[in-house]
Amino acid sequence: MIEIDAITKRYGGLAVVDNVSMVIEPRTITVIVGTSGSGKTTLLRMINRLVEPTEGVIRLDGEDNRSIPGYDLRRRIGYAIQGHGLFPHRTVAQNIATVPGLLGWEKRRIDTKVEELLTLFQLDPAVFAARYPHELSGGQQQRVGVARALAAEPNVLLMDEPFGALDPIIRAKAQEDLKAIQKHLETTIVLVTHDMNEAFHLADKIAVMDKGRVLQYGPPAELISAPAEPFVGALVGDGDRPFRLLAIGATGAIVEPGEADGEPISETSSQQDALSAMLWSGRRALPVISASGLPMGRVTLDNLVKHAARPQ
Amino acid sequence: MRFRFDKLGIVIAVLAVYGLLASPFAVLKPNRILQGQAKTVLEALPPLAGGVLLAGLALAIVIALLRAPATLRLIAAVGALAGLVLAMGQAAGFLTPDGNTYARVSPASGFWILLFAFALLTADAITRLQPPPWLRVLFLGVAAVAIGLLFVSGSWNGLSIMKEYAGRADVFWSEAGNHVKLALGSLVAASIVGLPLGVLCHRVRWLRASVLNLLNLIQTIPSIALFGILIAPLAWIAANVPGASEAGIRGIGTAPAFVALFLYSLLPIVANTVVGLAGVPRETNEAARGIGMTNRQRLFQVEIPLALPVILTAIRIVLVQNIGMATIAALIGGGGFGVFVFQGIGQTAMDLVLLGAVPTVALAFAAAVVLDALIEMNSRVAKGGRAA
Amino acid sequence: MRFVPLLLRLLLFAVLVSFLVSPDTFEPLLRPLVDGGTPAIYNQGSLLSLTLQHLEIVFAATLAAAILAILLAILVTRPFGAEFLPLSRSLVNIGQTFPPVAVLALAVPAVGFGAKPTLIALFLYGLLPIFENTLTALQNLPRSVTEAARGSGMTAMQRLLKVELPLSLPVIIAGIRLSVTINLATATIGSTVAAKTLGEVIIAGLQSNNLAFVLQGGLVVGALAVLIYDALSALEAMLSRRLGLR
Ligand SMILES: Nc1ncnc2c1ncn2[C@@H]1O[C@H](COP(=O)(O)OP(=O)(O)O)[C@@H](O)[C@H]1O
Ligand SMILES: [Mg+2]
Repeated sequence: MIEIDAITKRYGGLAVVDNVSMVIEPRTITVIVGTSGSGKTTLLRMINRLVEPTEGVIRLDGEDNRSIPGYDLRRRIGYAIQGHGLFPHRTVAQNIATVPGLLGWEKRRIDTKVEELLTLFQLDPAVFAARYPHELSGGQQQRVGVARALAAEPNVLLMDEPFGALDPIIRAKAQEDLKAIQKHLETTIVLVTHDMNEAFHLADKIAVMDKGRVLQYGPPAELISAPAEPFVGALVGDGDRPFRLLAIGATGAIVEPGEADGEPISETSSQQDALSAMLWSGRRALPVISASGLPMGRVTLDNLVKHAARPQ
Repeated sequence: MRFRFDKLGIVIAVLAVYGLLASPFAVLKPNRILQGQAKTVLEALPPLAGGVLLAGLALAIVIALLRAPATLRLIAAVGALAGLVLAMGQAAGFLTPDGNTYARVSPASGFWILLFAFALLTADAITRLQPPPWLRVLFLGVAAVAIGLLFVSGSWNGLSIMKEYAGRADVFWSEAGNHVKLALGSLVAASIVGLPLGVLCHRVRWLRASVLNLLNLIQTIPSIALFGILIAPLAWIAANVPGASEAGIRGIGTAPAFVALFLYSLLPIVANTVVGLAGVPRETNEAARGIGMTNRQRLFQVEIPLALPVILTAIRIVLVQNIGMATIAALIGGGGFGVFVFQGIGQTAMDLVLLGAVPTVALAFAAAVVLDALIEMNSRVAKGGRAA
Repeated sequence: MRFVPLLLRLLLFAVLVSFLVSPDTFEPLLRPLVDGGTPAIYNQGSLLSLTLQHLEIVFAATLAAAILAILLAILVTRPFGAEFLPLSRSLVNIGQTFPPVAVLALAVPAVGFGAKPTLIALFLYGLLPIFENTLTALQNLPRSVTEAARGSGMTAMQRLLKVELPLSLPVIIAGIRLSVTINLATATIGSTVAAKTLGEVIIAGLQSNNLAFVLQGGLVVGALAVLIYDALSALEAMLSRRLGLR
């Protein structure tokens, strides 16, 4: 658990993070969104003390993060940034081994960990371990960057626009992978982005920042149904609200008994995907199958319309 | 706020205190070659002057130590430098026994250390003030006038270096003229050849590598060797080409030095012209073509003005380098300040070495300041902006 | 095609070594440059030992210069030394205006004749390019990489040793290369203050009007400069490739 308690950062008298308090639950993904310059990066970097706060306290599992030296703290917290920041003079394996090396793990343990992470990120160790970063594609570099951040098995992973440099298709895949890995490792992730689609796609909870303040902090649905300020509404996008609602719900959640014709849709697909498939194929209902491929029932257009409406 | 000393101030204070208390200020020699007796500040100066100098330097050190405004630091530094220079002149008169024309007084290590310390403070203050280019040139001019006045006033006449000068004032000025002619003349010649050659190398790709490689090779030959190697072909030309020897071409003397400096100068000029032209943005060139400029118009109205700062940088490098290298011309009878340096080394008369070395350094420094100012003014133009 | 430059260099190296080991073999080549009675091959000492002493002075001076210059550049790029950064830049600029001959001549009163003033002049002259390059390299490291180093929990010292210096190495080597080539040529001037370098051969030639001496001294220095320059360029290129910079 990360408790951010009345934290403020001033540069030359100007508060770039202004009295922010929020509690981040363990094993969740929290996304900080906001326009450029709103203080997201500064807030994130105060968690691992790359930036020292002017006022306030941040506690990790109840312990003040200033109780140990900054570099020790940072070895216990994963950190991944835009443009990956891989060390160009070290191989992929050496990059991933950075923090375990700093922590003095023994070699065998490091090697096992590197191999495990490379496999987890779908990079064949035999092929990639000995490569240098410039010999990888952008998407591969980004995965190695995240793998490096996770190498010392941190409870907390901080990510600053980690997918910002990726093209849309690779970015979508990277987001899927991140969700799966977070489920697998049960890491607490705090991720900064200015991409609202990314935020809604990944977040358990979203914090909206503007001019150094957190305007609203809550689950995605709450931001859509009850924006705390007009700014939040504008950021979510008034015209996109119903689609955002559908995007955050799984098709499996609104299955009803019954039959439908044509290509089935998986229960894990979003309701937005279901709507899209209906509109494109001109059907009013789709068969739904479970993740293992068994028929579960159907999803109907009427039902989708009901779920896309403003929550009462 | 916590009180803190200026870190550079600490360095300067340590240097200055060491220079004042632990090293000799001046040295008195029975004649121009023999070893002499070292004298501290208080021994070298009349009591009153010594006291004033000490007090003044102490004040300047305190100002350096405190985080005083840069202008005040500059004034303190320049004041200290002026005090040191005047005190050195005083020391000469004070130390030389009356009527003894052989005795020589020279600055000793303490003086040089103090000079270095306060020159450091001056440089730091000027760096912090970030004066615009014209003001830097003005500073230089004021300093030159002040040094000129110092010599005219005769307050340094008792010093050994000035006695060396007095014995050869005529030669000094003619060698100074030689030195400038060598350094500047070879630069002008190299520019006349190098700029068109650079443009050609920019346009004709296959020429570029071979020209630059050749010029690079020339740079690896040490200057004294190149001077020497050129003696033979020039002697041959002087003997066999009609009119050549009337034009001043000789195997030995200025001609080989001139040609060698010219050859060394070519590489920076050609290379920077190529780099400068290559650095002109493609869109700018496209736009120039798009509005119907001919190749020649594009070259003179677009490419060269934009490449100018880079080309001027080469000219600065070449001029400073030539001023230094021209000293070596003396080895082959080419004249210049090197004459005094090598004579001094030969006679182990260090004041004579100084008579050659100090003007060389001053000339190179002045050239660097003026050209840096020019470059800065031009890069503002090239970037299309005004002073920030 | 790619092997031609390498072959040329190997050839140059072979010629250089055989000339130094047995200069008399090359006598017929240089003979036409001098009159009948005068010697065409330097005969006032061993060319090989002069070459070795020349290299020794250059390497000693450049090594010392590299150590100090790199340390200084590290100092002024740390928070502790940041105050000195602007001044150090101006000093580098001013230092470059001191002609080598002047530095050499001015060092004589302090340390006497011989190798010492030459070492001092080469040391001071070698400082500037290495300092400048190290400074540029340390100040222009990719931000995302230095950030990542901090974010991984490296201490300031670990960042310097494990990330900043290794990444700066190619540019630092380029600075050292510049220093060595300048110093190889400048060392010849050291012979005017009685240092044992190849300058002795050239100056002997100048004094006795012996073009063969001047030429052999100059060409040996030139060949050394070309070979060392190329070797360091190759090292730099290898490191850069490893870093994915080219
Ligand atoms: N080291 C710093 N010094 C001064 N101002 C800073 C510094 N770091 C960030 N800022 C300012 O703080 C504000 C917030 O920056 P940041 O947290 O990077 O915003 P975001 O990540 O939301 O784009 C910006 O206006 C930025 O200019
Ligand atoms: Mg940011």
